[in-house]
Amino acid sequence: MAERVGVYICHCGSNIAGKVDVEEVSHWAGEELDNVVVSRDYKFMCSSLGQELIEDDIKNEGLTRIVVGACSPHLHEKTFRRACSNAGLNPYLCQMASLREQVSWVTEDEALATAKSKAMISGAVERVQLHEELEPTEVPVNPHSLVVGGGIAGIQTTLELANSGNPVFLVEREPSIGGHMAQFDKTFPTLDCSACILAPNMSDVSNHPNITLLSYSEVEEVTGFVGNFHVRIRKNARHVIEEDCTGCGICIEKCPKSVIDDVFEAGIGYRKAIYRPFPQAVPKYPVIDTETCIYFEKGTCKACEKFCPTNAIDFEQKDTFIDIDVGNIILATGYDTFDSRKIPQYGYGRLANVFTSLEFERLCNAAGPTDGKIVLRDGVTTPKSVAIIHCVGSRDTRFNAHCSAVCCMSALKFGHLVIEKTGAEVHSFYTDMRPAFKDYEEFYNRLQEEGMHFTRGRVAEVTDVALQPGEEGKLIIQVEDTLIGRQRRVPVDMVILMTALEPKPDAREVGLTFGISCSMAGWFTERHPKLDPVATMTDGIFIAGACQGPKDIPASVSQGAAAAARVLGMISKGAVEIEPIVATIHEERCSGCRICNTLCPFNAIDYMEDKMVSVINQALCKGCGTCVAACPAQAISGAHFSNEQIFAEIEGLLFDVVQGNGGKPVVEEPEAVPA
Amino acid sequence: MPEVPTNGSSTDFRNEVIRATPGGENLKLCLQCGTCGGSCPSGPDMDYSPRQLFAMIDAGFRDEVLKSNTPWYCVSCYYCTVRCPKEIPITDIMYTLKQMAVKEHLYDDSDAPEWSKSFIGLVETYGRSFELGLATRYHLTHSPLKKFSLGPFAVGMVIKNRLAFLPERIEGINQLQAIMERAKQLEAEL
Amino acid sequence: MKYGYYPGCSLGKSAKPYDDSTKAIADQLGMSFEEIADWNCCGATEYFSLNKTAAYALVARNLALAADQDDLKELVAPCSACYLNLRKTDDYMGKYPKIGALTNEALAAGGLSYEPGSLRVRHLLDVVVEDIGFEGISEKVTNPLTNLWVAPYYGCMVVRPEFGDTDPVDAEYPLTMDHLMETLGATVVDFPLKTHCCGGHMTQISSETAFELIRQLLHSADESNADVIVTICPMCQLNLDAYQTQVNRHFGTNYKLPILYFTQLIGLAMGIPAKKLGIGKEFVSASAALKKIGLEVEEEPAPAGKRKKDDKSLPMPSGRVEG
Repeated sequence: MAERVGVYICHCGSNIAGKVDVEEVSHWAGEELDNVVVSRDYKFMCSSLGQELIEDDIKNEGLTRIVVGACSPHLHEKTFRRACSNAGLNPYLCQMASLREQVSWVTEDEALATAKSKAMISGAVERVQLHEELEPTEVPVNPHSLVVGGGIAGIQTTLELANSGNPVFLVEREPSIGGHMAQFDKTFPTLDCSACILAPNMSDVSNHPNITLLSYSEVEEVTGFVGNFHVRIRKNARHVIEEDCTGCGICIEKCPKSVIDDVFEAGIGYRKAIYRPFPQAVPKYPVIDTETCIYFEKGTCKACEKFCPTNAIDFEQKDTFIDIDVGNIILATGYDTFDSRKIPQYGYGRLANVFTSLEFERLCNAAGPTDGKIVLRDGVTTPKSVAIIHCVGSRDTRFNAHCSAVCCMSALKFGHLVIEKTGAEVHSFYTDMRPAFKDYEEFYNRLQEEGMHFTRGRVAEVTDVALQPGEEGKLIIQVEDTLIGRQRRVPVDMVILMTALEPKPDAREVGLTFGISCSMAGWFTERHPKLDPVATMTDGIFIAGACQGPKDIPASVSQGAAAAARVLGMISKGAVEIEPIVATIHEERCSGCRICNTLCPFNAIDYMEDKMVSVINQALCKGCGTCVAACPAQAISGAHFSNEQIFAEIEGLLFDVVQGNGGKPVVEEPEAVPA
Repeated sequence: MPEVPTNGSSTDFRNEVIRATPGGENLKLCLQCGTCGGSCPSGPDMDYSPRQLFAMIDAGFRDEVLKSNTPWYCVSCYYCTVRCPKEIPITDIMYTLKQMAVKEHLYDDSDAPEWSKSFIGLVETYGRSFELGLATRYHLTHSPLKKFSLGPFAVGMVIKNRLAFLPERIEGINQLQAIMERAKQLEAEL
Repeated sequence: MKYGYYPGCSLGKSAKPYDDSTKAIADQLGMSFEEIADWNCCGATEYFSLNKTAAYALVARNLALAADQDDLKELVAPCSACYLNLRKTDDYMGKYPKIGALTNEALAAGGLSYEPGSLRVRHLLDVVVEDIGFEGISEKVTNPLTNLWVAPYYGCMVVRPEFGDTDPVDAEYPLTMDHLMETLGATVVDFPLKTHCCGGHMTQISSETAFELIRQLLHSADESNADVIVTICPMCQLNLDAYQTQVNRHFGTNYKLPILYFTQLIGLAMGIPAKKLGIGKEFVSASAALKKIGLEVEEEPAPAGKRKKDDKSLPMPSGRVEG
């Protein structure tokens, strides 16, 4: 029985109609194309009225196939498929022809555009008659979730998931959760003590019955697909038996080996070879740094073992592996900071009293190496004047083109802390002041009132060579004060560099482990920067916090909560629909050559040893067609893209050669140019 | 009265500067951050810092820009060029402005261009520079009273046998002159 | 190894000591310099002020002559400005095809042509440090410059601009000449202004500007107790040396810092007599500083060991980017 095809040509306002003669195309389709029983044109097919046109025609005209000539399927394929299912027609019996993105928006000449539209409609009509009814499959969603990264975004997301009653695994690479926020002293603009607002959340994480905290651990391998991931986690050996350790800290006290702590203390403080990163660490168990521990180096000492009251030290402890199954994964791996040694004219690493922002946070922090006293590198002297340099490594095509979003506010915060603790003169040297969000501009005003000086000029040089009176023994900022229009030299005691936020150095490898990609700059790529910042192109993997791009704590928390909401939505639905446009291997034609296995970009093809044939995991398959094209035995067919369907579309496109118009081309051939 | 750009629209002048400078497109990215002005060794002595000059170029103040002493005070130390966060070839832009100013006789301070012209005159005659000739040609015609006393310097150079009394002429001077003529022709056609 | 040698105008007379000392050490270090026949002036910073195409063409004649001479692949210039002009012209002719085409069209009027990239243009310091190497130098040191405190002054045009093959950190704070001086046995003082400008030709245009720049350099070297400032550029040497008296008069200072070329110091360390190295032609005499050479001195022990108990000081990050 012949199909009954309905053709709908959308005007899309003037987007299509301005270039394509839509009435002509619609009329032509109805007259010339076989099996087209209804052919209409309409101003906006995506509107409810437009959709109703389709639905009514299906019911009243008994249509069995639908062709819509409109925008790109990216935008409205779902809309028209839904219209079909509303009317009781299988949604995969609908085909779109992109008359906007592929014709009206890219063709200058109106006659050519109309001709091309006719060709595309003809192709779609031929093709759609060979479509099959397809049903999406459903896979269950495992209610367990995995969160990677225990900074503020990761902690927020974990708590939201756990509080909903669902089990969560939180994996953190460092010995304790807390991230960079744990290093800060105060947070802007409220000047809340960072640890005071963070520690309660950390404590919740450690006590929560639904949270399994895997600290000092890293994800090794991820396989599977949305709703059904298998994850292998390596738990690095702490050399402390967690079940026995009480967290008393005697081991740390007695350890004779002191080393520079270049992670938590940003290199300006010390820790022992066995250590907790900071006093409120969660979990409380210490870790032995085998690269600096005397026992691992020489085989002697063992003071920690001697003094531990519960025999919790185990030098022989090995890394262990844990395999878990989760439904969704959220990456909240955070950021790294710019290496200021790359800008030698600022003197970091050479001039003692030049500090980075993280170093300065540690100075201010009451639990830091100076008990919160702001002092120079000699550990003793209080500065009487401090310069804060903005945009170190940011907004610079040689290093990071982006603005790091938080440094202007951090600089104001530092200014406040210096003034409060020391009464010193504070000078900010900025390129633009960017206090953009709630209460931020008011915080800027507050610092103006507190007497902080603001000079607009990107610092050219920090030097210790005194050339004028008043400069001896000082660090001199050389800058063009652009608002005055003069070069100035400003002598100060201490310089703070507001360093850029950068992606973590292994972000790309980590992304690959989870099957997501990074932008050119190295931040994880979101599904859509405006409308979908926490999802990725890989279903079931979400991102939150600074790993997606530089942002402050409120934004990180919001993204953490957003990612948790998405996951909870999937968990509450219980199952996720998998598009049926996938490939299938016909076993009887498969010779087991396995060429397809390595070609699949989604690792969706496995090999069955017993049957000696390959098989496609339809939940992982994205229908890209690579294997279909590659199979030498043509043993793989792609649903919705069979050879017959593709050939039919091609024949439809070439209708003027194949069918009507008496063999004459639709558009007149241009006149031959006289010789 | 608000200032109006003198001589042509702002886009024209900036485009002209960009076209004449290799890698000049980055001038459009100038942040006005002031790193160039802050780094410049002769900055304090310039009418306008390089940064100000770029703002003026963007605003179309052609006369003022070409009359300023800024490009002539550039010592080609390239600090600005290597430190600019937008990688603008600032030293090369200064050369462009010098060339434009000379071509249109639009500079107030006559010393620097005259020095360059004297230097080049000698190079094109002999193929190599000749300091004594340069000194006599330039200093004696450019208010020697304005300068410090050259006496001790010149005497010192003679005593230490570091000053040549006669110029050296290269053999291929005709070849060089032919090349330079052609080069100037080509430049004029640009 | 054979190099094309481009002395430049100043090495003929005003910077003859640089030429003398270079040639004096060349043999022992295994460098053979072949002067480019009939080379012309590179135009210094003057020609670019007047006419772009002519400026490139002026330099390119030298490149063309050198590339055609004897199969030379490397072109070495001891003078920093000559080096920059030669390198920049070669680089720009390749990077900006329009400049390459125009320059070659000008060269054609003289029957010459130059394919950019045919020569590797280098500064003499780079040749010594890279090709001979610190070990190679060390082997030839017979009279270490022990207890001679030197301030290594690079100037601008060797370290800037960068042509893509150097560590950008070296544009501000290079260490090659520092290490070289240490290899010779000298004590290198901290000289943060090591790449600051000497004023160039501003001595003729606006002497106040130049004097201030010269003063800053002398002041900083003096503060670090340098006995001598070591240079790699004839312009820097001239400015710091020949104008030192004027600078002293202008500011009421009393600097007496001799300015020597790095090749002269290498020569001294290799036992070559001072006269042969052109020493004695400086305005500010180096003889007082040279008296220190050859004396047996105890070296100060390097501070090392554990932190003291009451040492409150905070650790410093290391000075260079790793990797």
